[in-house]
Amino acid sequence: MKKYLFGALAATTALSPVAATAETEIQFWHAFTGRLGELVAAQVEEFNASQSDYTVVQSHKGNYSETLNAGIAAFRAEEQPHVLMVFEVGTATMMAAGGAIKPVYEVMAESGADFDPDAYIGAVKGYYTTTDGQMLSLPFNSSTPVLWVNRDAFEAAGVDPDMDLSTWENVGEALDALKAGGEECPLVTAWQSWIHLENFSAYHDVPFASQDNGFAGLDTELMLNGPAQVAHLSAMGQWAEDGKFIYTGRRNEGGANFRAGECALFTESSAGYAGIKAEAEFDFDVRPLPYWKAVADEPQNTIIGGASLWIMSGHDAEEYKGVGEFLSFLSTSDVQASWHQNTGYLPITGEAGDATRAAGFYEQNPGTDIAVIQMTAKEPTANSKGLRLGSFDQIRGIIDEELEAIWSGDKSAQEAMDSAKERGDTLLRRFESANR
Amino acid sequence: MEKRVTFKGWLLPLALIAPQVVISAVFFFYPAAQAIWQSLFIPDPFGLSAKFVGLGNFEFLLSDKFYRASFLTTAVFSILVTLCSMIPALFLAVIADRLIKGSGVYRTMLIWPYAVAPAVAGVLWLFMFNTRVGVVSWYLGQLGYDWNHVLNGGEAMGLVVVASAWGRISYNFLFFFAALQSVPRSVIEAAAIDGAHFWRRFFTIVLPLITPTAFFLLVVNIVYSFFETFGVIHTITAGGPQQSTTILVYKVFSDGFVGQDLGSSAAQSVILLFVVGLLTVIQFKYIEKRVHY
Repeated sequence: MKKYLFGALAATTALSPVAATAETEIQFWHAFTGRLGELVAAQVEEFNASQSDYTVVQSHKGNYSETLNAGIAAFRAEEQPHVLMVFEVGTATMMAAGGAIKPVYEVMAESGADFDPDAYIGAVKGYYTTTDGQMLSLPFNSSTPVLWVNRDAFEAAGVDPDMDLSTWENVGEALDALKAGGEECPLVTAWQSWIHLENFSAYHDVPFASQDNGFAGLDTELMLNGPAQVAHLSAMGQWAEDGKFIYTGRRNEGGANFRAGECALFTESSAGYAGIKAEAEFDFDVRPLPYWKAVADEPQNTIIGGASLWIMSGHDAEEYKGVGEFLSFLSTSDVQASWHQNTGYLPITGEAGDATRAAGFYEQNPGTDIAVIQMTAKEPTANSKGLRLGSFDQIRGIIDEELEAIWSGDKSAQEAMDSAKERGDTLLRRFESANR
Repeated sequence: MEKRVTFKGWLLPLALIAPQVVISAVFFFYPAAQAIWQSLFIPDPFGLSAKFVGLGNFEFLLSDKFYRASFLTTAVFSILVTLCSMIPALFLAVIADRLIKGSGVYRTMLIWPYAVAPAVAGVLWLFMFNTRVGVVSWYLGQLGYDWNHVLNGGEAMGLVVVASAWGRISYNFLFFFAALQSVPRSVIEAAAIDGAHFWRRFFTIVLPLITPTAFFLLVVNIVYSFFETFGVIHTITAGGPQQSTTILVYKVFSDGFVGQDLGSSAAQSVILLFVVGLLTVIQFKYIEKRVHY
């Protein structure tokens, strides 16, 4: 009851003109619920408490796609928020909408806030910067795929859990041994297109699409039917046929199987850490994502998944100043280090990573630094900077469909990827003509 | 003799139909006109620019073999949903009609599933058939059948059909039950005296007498399976595996709200509009003739 009374009081105060002029309100729309939602709310509260000029109002607008749609609909109705969270596959859509957004580098320059683009981890910010190095959106939550190992399952099948799993060749041997040892679910994956095609391509330094994966222009075409990708998917298809790779769905359905201890190996985002740590009643390891020795001598870097914050156009200069302050606050090393440690997402600045290491977090939670190392070990190439493809959410849907055809044995890997390329290119051409 | 009321002036009748006209204009004519207009453009998602392409969106759609395949998927899906919801409903209605005691309870129980929203029904069925924890898939596994609707298109189709038809059985049951009650007892008794057994009486007398209801339900159920099963498909399969459950209305959603391709989505809505128009014409042409009010 008391709560409602305060709520009502707060509402009436907010309505009175005196209070309204005191603080500039900044709308922040995001896609997080549950634990992540709480953490975002805590960040916002901390910012609001730290100064008295601006109030950030955060609201949850549904999942990633729904949040993007809400932002688009709001822009059309001229009710757009200041800050909109957009998942990485929506990046090309946002970039192409020049009149709807205000690039982060501009916001930061105008607000006069401290902003050093070099402080951000290259592989993270690369996804969201132009080819000439201007940051368009602020990376918010970024993760990268790693290999999760159920040590107990290895031991139960009589396989050494400490064996080298850094290459797919070795993983193949492990799968044989696990299957022979009676394991019913040797390998399971989440986000198949993201891990086994998008990251696979970057990790082996082969293009996923032409024009530097879409960074260099809208006239890009998919190149996911190259020999490296096809070889990998053929192997996966064979494993699926032999019952060594179990397909559970397009999203992260496989996480439930792995956390319940039913599967031995799991390729999943590093952000799966919180869930696995909380639920797994078995010994687990985090290992770097495997690579094919036959394709590359050593792996390049993996790319990110997650979301970034876009600033929408059409607001007052004073409000943008507040946005700038808020973004600087989010980039501070304290905020980033605690976000990284709580969620398993990557820190967006090198400094936050160093702070986490200095605090001894990686020693207490072994394996949590694998993702950071995997992403930062090498300077990204044109093939491993990220992806910038229009209609990419839909193209992922097409890839999912074609991958399902491989797993069920309906198509060979080559046929499926040729078809994915043909269908995806059609969408890319449509996107090109809509945004030319 | 039909009763007709005649109005003296124009004002009152106009005022009386005005609400309906306003509602149709606001909720149907205006959006429909907008959809037709939008289908002629390829706009960018934010509405900053739009390129006029004439019938280009339709050309693009109709040359897409997956869009054409989606018509077939929709037809198969609608026919299956209609059959799976009408035949059991009719059977249950016939049984309920014969009950002397407790038919009220029986009826109420049968109507319950209709209160479950399609998306919720979808989740319920998904839980039962979940490949990992589902009760039904577990039993099937015990019987040696490996259920996997995540990869098997046929099983996925079966699952969305059953989930869509389930709640619909209640609705159809109500109509069939009412129709059966209105069949004159004297006709049935006369047939019984002539020595016709129950199922013979059903097929030669009762069924022909309730055809107007059956035909009405047929059209209504087809329209239902076209448009209102979105929630079930979205929660269970999201159109997969490999587009095997992507019906037309689901494609409108996924192209428009996942792909942000509003031009194609609008063109699909227009095509759907014509499909509905066609179904409505059929409805009026046949049902109006057969149903006796």
